[in-house]
Amino acid sequence: MVRMRASIERADPEAVSDAIAVERTLAGERDAYRVLVERYSLNLYRLAYRMTGNSHDAEEVVQEAFLRAYQKLSQFAGNSNFGTWVYRIAANYAIDRIRQRNVEEARQAAPSRPAEDGLEIDPVAQVKDPTASPERLASSAELAAKMRQALDTLTPAERTAIVMRHWEGCAIEEIATVLKSNANATKNTVFRAVSKLRKALEPFTGLRGTTRAMGTES
Amino acid sequence: MNHMTEEQLIAYRDGESRGRESFTAHLNECTDCRREMDRIGAVFAALDAMPVPDPGKDFSRRVWQQISPRLPEKRSRWWQPLFEPRRMLALGSVAALVLLAFFLGRFTKKTPSGVNLADAGKVRERVLVVAVGDHLGRSEMILMELANAEPEKGQKLMNISAEQKRAENLLEENRLYRQTALRDGDTRMASTLDELERVLLDIANSPDEVTPAQFEAIQKRIAAKGILLKVRVVKQELHQERENAVAPSSQSGTAVTERNKT
Repeated sequence: MVRMRASIERADPEAVSDAIAVERTLAGERDAYRVLVERYSLNLYRLAYRMTGNSHDAEEVVQEAFLRAYQKLSQFAGNSNFGTWVYRIAANYAIDRIRQRNVEEARQAAPSRPAEDGLEIDPVAQVKDPTASPERLASSAELAAKMRQALDTLTPAERTAIVMRHWEGCAIEEIATVLKSNANATKNTVFRAVSKLRKALEPFTGLRGTTRAMGTES
Repeated sequence: MNHMTEEQLIAYRDGESRGRESFTAHLNECTDCRREMDRIGAVFAALDAMPVPDPGKDFSRRVWQQISPRLPEKRSRWWQPLFEPRRMLALGSVAALVLLAFFLGRFTKKTPSGVNLADAGKVRERVLVVAVGDHLGRSEMILMELANAEPEKGQKLMNISAEQKRAENLLEENRLYRQTALRDGDTRMASTLDELERVLLDIANSPDEVTPAQFEAIQKRIAAKGILLKVRVVKQELHQERENAVAPSSQSGTAVTERNKT
């Protein structure tokens, strides 16, 4: 035990497992929590940035996720991975943050049609920019900007689903837990998100087929 | 067959297994659907092209500085660590093995007179032999599973959360046995358990899901330390000791001293 402790005390954060860091935090060592914060901050930031679309909100999500995780640490049963657990907390808070932001923006702007989850968001069509030409969009930076706009048109649930599925490679069941939904509904949410992005980018990149209607006889 | 719907194409790209064979066959034949699939692929490519700005090298430290003053003190109860699930599991398995060793001692073959099995030192050693043998067996299983696993073709991420969890559970036991071995002067056993502990820590600290390259790096680290072979050798020796312990023996010296000679 002495030797093990000594190796932990050498302040090599990688040498301390999540479970040990959680155990020590629960035992009253607040600094043990620092190991977990340092280990998962960057991953949470990437998730939060992709979900919220800006650095300011992303940083707030990361901080709030770690604060909430600390407060609920005694509820963390230890039968799941801390990284996965805090990741879920961050995703949930990011959804709340997006909803809150959408409501604030809707208050300031003229109301648009209600989204499926009851939130006021801009319709996909608003992304279309008739002045954009293929030459202009050849620039990947511009395509990224259009994609950012397109992502902003997704509902919080759709955005969460596509971020967690595509970028983070999460299982459908895990996304369903965050969305408080079931696997089939989550699959549909992913589908809707991809379909909306595709439609939003269609005028600029020719991403939609015109040769035949899908689902028809070949 | 009808052209695939957008939903089917997206689900197929997402790895949906239902009806996959027939969809694959259709995609091989239908240029329209292949073109549609390429267009959906372009959406994902555009998603991939979106950069995430670097928050800076000191981001983690900044987060800690921001939140640490807001963290309330946690008042720990002295008995709380004793009931921590991992510790309970480790202590429970050790207690079960002690009981097992006790009953083995009562019901196994009678030894010739003059050999006192009730000798405290020998009983203790036998308990350790049974317990560590079992522990090494379970560790060997994890190491073998990881050493023999291969990513499937085109697989982007490999989920090792099950092995990670098992490695984490074995760590506490490993630590107990290493300390016992050290206290008993069984330096070779302690050294093997020490090396095993590092490998188990390495696995336990890995992410839940790793890329094939990261997975290969874990495999290389396991192979480089030759830990699998060492674990097998010690496990075999312990097995032999267990056999010798139940059979009449005239050998002098304890198993520990024999092991330390090698």
